[in-house]
Amino acid sequence: MIVVPSTLLWAAPLVFTALGGIFSERSGVVNIGLEGLMVIGAFTAIVFNLTFVHSFGSWTPWIAIVVAMVAGAIFSMLHAVAAITFRADHTVSGVAINLLASGLTLFLVKLIYDKGETDIISKGFNKIDIPVLKDIPVIGKIFFQNTYWTSFLAIIVAIIVWYIVFKTPFGLRLRSVGEHPMAADTMGINVTKMRYLGVILSGAFGGLGGGVYAQSITSNFSHSTISGQGFMALAAMIFGKWHPLGALGAAIFFGFAQSISIIGSSLPFLKEIPNVYLLIAPYVLTILALTGFIGRADAPKASGTHYIKGSR
Amino acid sequence: MLKSFKSILTPIIAVLLGIIVGTIIMIISGYDALAAFTALWNGAFGDSYYLGEVIRQFTPYILAGLAVAFAFRVGLFNIGVEGQFLVGWLAAVWVGVAFDLPKIIHLPLAIIAAMVAGALWAFIPGFLKARFRVHEVIVTIMMNYVALHVSNYFIKNIITDNKDKTDMIKESATLRSPWLESLTDYSRLHWGIILAILSCFVMWFLLERTTRGFELRSVGFNQHAAHYAGMNVNKNIILSMVIAGAFAGLAGSMEGLGTFGYATVKGGFTGVGFDGIAVALLGGNTSIGVFFSAILFGALKVGALNMPLEAGVPNELVDIIIALIVFFVASSYIIRIFLDRFSKKEVK
Repeated sequence: MIVVPSTLLWAAPLVFTALGGIFSERSGVVNIGLEGLMVIGAFTAIVFNLTFVHSFGSWTPWIAIVVAMVAGAIFSMLHAVAAITFRADHTVSGVAINLLASGLTLFLVKLIYDKGETDIISKGFNKIDIPVLKDIPVIGKIFFQNTYWTSFLAIIVAIIVWYIVFKTPFGLRLRSVGEHPMAADTMGINVTKMRYLGVILSGAFGGLGGGVYAQSITSNFSHSTISGQGFMALAAMIFGKWHPLGALGAAIFFGFAQSISIIGSSLPFLKEIPNVYLLIAPYVLTILALTGFIGRADAPKASGTHYIKGSR
Repeated sequence: MLKSFKSILTPIIAVLLGIIVGTIIMIISGYDALAAFTALWNGAFGDSYYLGEVIRQFTPYILAGLAVAFAFRVGLFNIGVEGQFLVGWLAAVWVGVAFDLPKIIHLPLAIIAAMVAGALWAFIPGFLKARFRVHEVIVTIMMNYVALHVSNYFIKNIITDNKDKTDMIKESATLRSPWLESLTDYSRLHWGIILAILSCFVMWFLLERTTRGFELRSVGFNQHAAHYAGMNVNKNIILSMVIAGAFAGLAGSMEGLGTFGYATVKGGFTGVGFDGIAVALLGGNTSIGVFFSAILFGALKVGALNMPLEAGVPNELVDIIIALIVFFVASSYIIRIFLDRFSKKEVK
């Protein structure tokens, strides 16, 4: 039963990044730049890991994802400044973020290492057996052996984000700014501040997703490390209807599709299905979800619009 | 300050800011910026080979830029140029490989196949937008990935027998010209540039000089007003995506029939579609603007390849500069505020 751990392994980065997307879109800022934020996170985590592995030992990957979060948050401020303060089109600014992230990181890789890709990290996230739980009959073997800590972290974080977005005053303010900024402003909520927070949080989570992906799946950084995972996280966010737990479910499903497309040839009943169906499944399903065939998915009302004080 | 003058000034300032920030990045990184820009210039215009390569590069850029710009003028954001480009490339090569026809039929057939493939790929988001009000940005992004995987599958399993690369297209379907190649010291320059320039003219004529174009632009300015005036908004939305997709598919045929002459299984995107967004934005979504900004980006991309050789600067620096230009064009609101302040001071 290799499918479950492998699914969760591929899903974890998507979960983190999709949660980031939720923070941004719930505050009313469309964030196409998730892909770029993941690139920044992956790059930062790998470089940190390679540089400091001797000082931190086996804690290195964990510290590296924290550093990746910080880097993602800082980088996302560019998007925040452009989309909120400079009133740039959110989509255009997101495209610029993606272009800039891939250009900048490859430039830095060549500057630092003098070649097109980094070395392979020596300490990534390894397979583990969860103590105690692994001994539960049946379930223990499927869910808690040969798995990764990051997979469980992703599930826990998704639940925390759900609590923050739907059960706290901060979450209510964030959502109100994304639904009707003028009403929120009238009630004394600082629209600009909330939107900046939303985008910066999305940067932190995007960086986290990228850092986890690089340290658990690819183990180095090159131009092809992040290839579409950010957009797939965006798809997971939409397929999950802008809801943290929905996004968690969607990301796990997409992780399943991705892992099956890789290990599927070793499973007898899936050998017959051409790979291409599994590869395109996340994207086709997202289109169907948006169209309304799988329950209507509606974006926050004010997402993608600028709030200009005093205009009607 | 005149409005038309300002609309040209903003992109120029954005380009200058992009280059300035790029220079600062080089200086901080300890590179010789002057040597880098000299290498960039030599790599783009240094001799006839490089010039041919620049023209070869900006041919698909013009068409990708038009594909973004055309949809934008009707109020749609076509991020799906990359996908439409890939299916166009595939269709052109498929026709080029599969048939044996006289050139006068084969070449146009391959080009038309590419345009139809791109148009069909763009029809889907256009239809979903018109019928279900689904935002075209998300659908076109998803369609990009579907195009990537589906075209890889076609190349591997249907056109070839489990190979990563198709055969070369037949001589009768090629856009290549030994004459153009010898003229430019054996670059990969091909006849596609004529089609690209023609397409610029077609877009201008269609939008500015026909009734249909007037309707399309009206929908772009204000859907409700267009609807009230008796125009069919949904039909125009679909039509604009279909035409934009045809431009993108044509861009794909430039690579399939001209530059490469084959199609390969790809691990990721070519980037032409996303560069097309930069081209269209910088060109203000007009056909003449797209033409000139495509030249700029084509020269930057080709010239960049010379930077590591001559100045030791990674060619990704140009990608950074392009991204910064997009960023500054998008933030043109703030540039305009500065320009307004500046011009007011002059009056006093």
